[in-house]
Amino acid sequence: MSEALHYHFDVDGASFANAGRASVETKKLLRQLGVSPEIIRSISVAMYEGEINMVIHAHGGDADVYITEDTIIIILKDVGPGIRNVEEAMKEGFSTAPENIRALGFGAGMGLPNMKRYSDEMHIDTKVGVGTTIELWYHLNK
Amino acid sequence: MKISQVAEILNANVLTGEDMLDHEVHSACGSDMMSDVLAFVKDQGVLLSGLINVQVIRTLLMMDMNCVVFVRGKVPPAGIVDFAAENGVVVLQTALPMFESCGRLYCAGLGRKDQPEEAACECGCCSPAEGLNGNDHE
Repeated sequence: MSEALHYHFDVDGASFANAGRASVETKKLLRQLGVSPEIIRSISVAMYEGEINMVIHAHGGDADVYITEDTIIIILKDVGPGIRNVEEAMKEGFSTAPENIRALGFGAGMGLPNMKRYSDEMHIDTKVGVGTTIELWYHLNK
Repeated sequence: MKISQVAEILNANVLTGEDMLDHEVHSACGSDMMSDVLAFVKDQGVLLSGLINVQVIRTLLMMDMNCVVFVRGKVPPAGIVDFAAENGVVVLQTALPMFESCGRLYCAGLGRKDQPEEAACECGCCSPAEGLNGNDHE
């Protein structure tokens, strides 16, 4: 990935109101680069869900976007509590989000399923007590 | 359907986006759960919501939707309206509850695959055949 464009965003975990900023910025960047609207929407939704998750569960983290000619990779990394049971977390409707987050419109147990739905490949590396890194892959020449 | 018609059918105030009222919308979604909107909305459309926070606007941006209707008489704070304005999102606000708002738009043909002219809507205030007189249902 030596020739990849790389953009880095800090995901501020202190403020729910700021969650999604990196996704909005990434969406603008991808538009400027001429990426197709369908792929941009998929990336935006998946990254946005990831950002929301990082703010809800992990006090924020890092979002990195790598763009090559044929692939876009989003890496979301946090040092939060980790995901205890990934298989369970992938089920639609399963959520460990507190009630106050549901009142804000999230925590419906659609975060990880949405990320999977809106990516070509999703790789989760998580360890309880250490953190979670999620890679979202998009192949541009499908 | 134009956004101006959506506003008319719902007796809605236009809080921002006056210059976009001629834009067409083809579907609508009523939800307070943003994750559901992110999961299930397919076509560019209108979001009706009783939830008021900045993430509602961000959800619209992610989905390429350009109009939100805040229902049940809820008035969004200026910061949210400003954020919508900066990002080209029309914000409407209606006193109607969610159920009736969705019902009126559905009756008027928004997001329907059948022919709205032929569809029987008996409420008398929102069928295209009857014209849009903007009266309350009562």
